[in-house]
Order: sequence, then C-alpha cells, then structure tokens
Amino acid sequence: MFKYLLKRTFQMVFVLFIVSVIVFTMTSVIGNPVYNMLPQKATDQQIQEVVVMLGLDKPLYVQYWIFLKNAIRGEFGRSYTHFVPALGLIVSKFPATIEIVIVAMGLTILLGISLGVLAGARPKSKISKLIMFGSLAGISLPSFFMGMVYIFVFAVSLRWLPVSGRGEIGTILGIRTSLATLDGWRHIILPSMTLALLNIATIIRLVRAGMMEVMRQDFIKFARSKGVAARKVLYGHALKNILIPVVTIFGLQLGELIAFTTITETIFAWPGMGKLLIDSITNLDRPIISAYLLFVAILFVVINFVVDILYTFIDPRIDLNS
Amino acid sequence: MNQPVKHGRMRIFLHSEFFDHYKKSPTAIISSFILVTVILLAIFGPKITVQNPYDLGSLNLSEAFKPPAWMDGGDSRFLLGTDQNGRDILSAIIYGSRVSLFIGLVGVLLTSLVGITLGLLAGYFGGKFDTIIMRIADIQLAFPSMLIALFLMGLTGPSIRNILIALTLIGWVRYTRIVRGEVLSVREKEYVDAAKVIGFSNGSIILKQILPNVMTSIIVISTLRVGSFIMTEATLSFLGVGVPISTPSLGMLCSDGFKVLYSGLWWVSIFPGLYIVIIVFAINLLGDFLRDELNPKLK
Repeated sequence: MFKYLLKRTFQMVFVLFIVSVIVFTMTSVIGNPVYNMLPQKATDQQIQEVVVMLGLDKPLYVQYWIFLKNAIRGEFGRSYTHFVPALGLIVSKFPATIEIVIVAMGLTILLGISLGVLAGARPKSKISKLIMFGSLAGISLPSFFMGMVYIFVFAVSLRWLPVSGRGEIGTILGIRTSLATLDGWRHIILPSMTLALLNIATIIRLVRAGMMEVMRQDFIKFARSKGVAARKVLYGHALKNILIPVVTIFGLQLGELIAFTTITETIFAWPGMGKLLIDSITNLDRPIISAYLLFVAILFVVINFVVDILYTFIDPRIDLNS
Repeated sequence: MNQPVKHGRMRIFLHSEFFDHYKKSPTAIISSFILVTVILLAIFGPKITVQNPYDLGSLNLSEAFKPPAWMDGGDSRFLLGTDQNGRDILSAIIYGSRVSLFIGLVGVLLTSLVGITLGLLAGYFGGKFDTIIMRIADIQLAFPSMLIALFLMGLTGPSIRNILIALTLIGWVRYTRIVRGEVLSVREKEYVDAAKVIGFSNGSIILKQILPNVMTSIIVISTLRVGSFIMTEATLSFLGVGVPISTPSLGMLCSDGFKVLYSGLWWVSIFPGLYIVIIVFAINLLGDFLRDELNPKLK
C-alpha cells in the first residue's frame, strides 16, 4: 500500500507539472493582457511600465520559474479585473459551485441508479424501453438548452422558481451555503437539474448495460431459486457487482460536472467558480484562468486518486500494487 | 467493366444481414430520414428561405418580435416568428445549421485522421512512441474535454478554424485508444504474419491489412462523434467563445435569443435549440443502431 501511495503521489506531481507547463505556455503565449488593462490611447511608455509591472519583459523560462514558485505558495497574482488575489477569489466562489455539484450528484445517484437497475432488470418491458428512450434523449440535449427550457417553463411562465442568483445564504456547520435556507433551495433546484441531466442519462445506460450482463450469471439464478426477494437480488446481489464501472464513471463525472458548472452558472447567473472562469476568459484575466485551471487540476487528480482507493474497498480482489 | 461489379456489390449490400436489420428497425429508418432532410435543407436551404439572415439590408425592424405563424399576431411569411431585429427564425436556423453541420463533419474528419494515424502507429510499432502517446492520452483524459475546449477557445478567440483545432485536440484520444487496442489484437493474427513474410512493407500492412479491420469501430465512433461535436460547438458558441458573430451557428442563435427569453419571447431561442436536439438525437439513434449491428463490443 505504501509503495502504491508513493508511486501515485509521484504520478500526481508529474501530471500537475505538465499541467502547469501547459497552462503557463498557453496563457503567456496567447493573448496580450496589457492592451486589455490600458486605455486605447496609452503611450508606449505606459505600455512599457505595465509590461515591466507584470514581469512580461523577462525571458519565458524565468517567467515560468517565477510562476511555478508563486503557484506552489498559492500565489497567482492579483486578478487584472477584480484587483484581489486570484486564488483567494476562486476559493471564495468554491462553495457556491460545489453546492450545485453536490445536489446534482445526489439527483444522479437517486435517479440514475434506480432507473438503470429498473431498465436492466427487465430489458424487454415497456418501462425499460421508455427509460432508454429518455436517456438517449438526455444525452442528446445540450445542457444550456435544458437550462433555457427550465427557465422558460418554471420561472418565466409558471413563476414557481427564481431565475438567477444563489438566494438567501445560511450557515450549516460553519459553512455559508444556500443549502441552509428554503430560499436557497428554491434557487438551487433548476441549476442542479440542468447540471444533472447528462449524468443521469449516462449512469442509466451504464447501470443498465451492467445489470443485463450480471442478471445472466449463475449466482443470480441461484439466489432467485433460493427464494431471495426480487428487490434484494437486484440491489443486493446484482448492483453490488457492477459498482466498479459505476464508481469510475462517478469519479470522471464529478470532474465533468465541475467543468459543466461553467455553463449552468452562466445561464442561471450563479456566482460560482464557473461563471468566474467564463468572465475571466472574456476579459483575458490571466491570473484567474491559470489559478482556476491548476485548482481544478489538483481537484481532478485527487478525485481520481480517491476513486482508485475506493476500488479496493468495493472489490477486495483488486491489488493496487500490480 | 466496372458497372457489373458495382451492381454486384449493391446487390450483396441489399441482401446483407445489415440491410435486412436496417429495414426492420423503425428508429434507424426514421433517424436516417431526419438526417437526410437536415442535410438537404442545409444544402438547398438558402434557395427556399424567405430572407438571408446575414444580409442586414433584408431585415426590417418593423417586423421584429413576431411570434410563430400559428399564434396570435403571427405572420404567415415567418413560420417560426422573428427575433428582436426582425430576422426570420426559420431562415436563421437553416443558415445556422450549415455552420453547425460543417463544424461537426469537418471536425470529425480532422479528428479521425489525426486519431487514427496516431493509433495505428502507436499500436503497430509500440515502443517509446506508443508509451509517449498513451501517456499524453492518459493525462488528457483526466480532464473534462469541455474544460480543455473552453480554455483553448478562450485563449485563441472565436473562429471556426480555432473550433476545429480545439475539437481535434479534445477528440483524438478516443480514436487513438480504440484503434490502438484493435491494432494490438489484429497485429497478432496470422494473416498479418503472412503479409510480413511475403514482404509487404509496414505501410501497406497498416493500410491494407489492419485499417480495414478497425473500420467498423471507426464508423461507429465517428457517427456518434458528429453529434457530440455539434453539441460541443453549440455550447462553446452559447458561452460566446465559439463561432464569430459574423457566422452564427445554432448555438449562437440560442445565445442571442436567450437575452429576450425573460421577456417571454421563447421562440427566438427555443427553436434553434430544438433543432440542435433533433439533429443530435437522430445522430445518436443512428449511431446506436450502427454500434449494435457493426460492433456491439464498443458498448
């Protein structure tokens, strides 16, 4: 186990190093922030001052070294548009993003797994065909389109739910979140549903395919002939055996969800990291873009790591050292 | 000389199991019918639309905000209504679909060329090249492709060329992994050994012996990929980092219409979105059918 952890840590550092190089090259080679920060009729001298202030006059490798040293200390410079430290700004927006991700994840587990099991247990039934049709429709719907439809139906026409913002924010266990208030929940429903749709559809298809394969196995027939209740066969015996791919996909999807919050947050004007990223891309706000990317890179690397560790708990046959 | 051969091939195809299943699958028939219609509309659309939505001179502000023709206040000239500038939504959709389809199809063409080449080389030659390519693929797969595309587009700016580059960069991995995997198993087959013994060059073994064997997988992935690329492009354009304003795609039409959705003008954004859904849904249905028929193990 220790050997595995060591190897894995080394790999993670390597991946993060590559990401830092890519982020640095992309952000420093493409686009020039100087012109975004200065008025149109700035003099050459003013331009030169800003270039020196941002350290853009130094050779690239020196810039990278400075970038890396600062990045390790969590310093990505001040945002060009918000004038506060970039990482701090992102971290302050993190709770807003993670709360819609958590609710979306909850919806996915609840609906995705139960509908998938249902469709996989009786693949020929009418309900299964309906579920599969729905899931195919689900992966064909762009999430921004779903967001628009929700806004039009639930907010503009029916006026049941608010269209934008986080709503009232309360405190649970010292964390300030919308999940603590009723108004917050009213705001969170539509963004989370938008975010969860693609995931639910994917999980349904995955669980169904797995279930269809497992249900043919002898141990299922045995459990049935022994007289185990149908529900227990499905959720106890069969589902347990397809958890590995499901957990993998959940890990991948957690990353995917965080990426898609950029869209959801833009549509619902949700003040999270995703909207911050889109705004920063429009303004070429380099410190925020680099900080965001390295922040999510670390997040994804950690998620993948946790997924690997989870494997060993789900399936003791898996040996991480091999 | 050529004619009878072609005719023979056609007859073999018409009597094949594949075509027989196709005839019996309503979803496959409906989805291919939809796609043919969509493509014909995109090709011949400009001849039948009531206006050229790019030509600002043909827009008339007094015709703005017209609802679809069947609603109160609708105008029979504008079947799906008009937007805030008096632009006919149906015309805009047809012109927009040309951009979306172009990006989807050319994007898949480029992606598959790059991905297949890398996969064939990595799988056939193995060694260092293989290790490096697959390592890059692993690192890339750790990150959601939408985020990579957003990042690239954000830094390079909106343009069709940049979208194609971004799509290729996010899409090659899947081709490369699948092609490489297939090559590894095909490489061990006796007919490949036989070709080597006869003295075929590496290039001709790859192109004539191995490539045809991975073709079914490629067809299946490519079909589904066109749909996902159209959707990715629409999403990027919706966020304002996709196509430039001068060539609105379906995604950009949605983004334009989204601004007036709150005032209840739903048709401006919902119809273009619905058209994306119809196209992508038909592609996915057809792709699912092809996968089940040609290569069920891709599931």
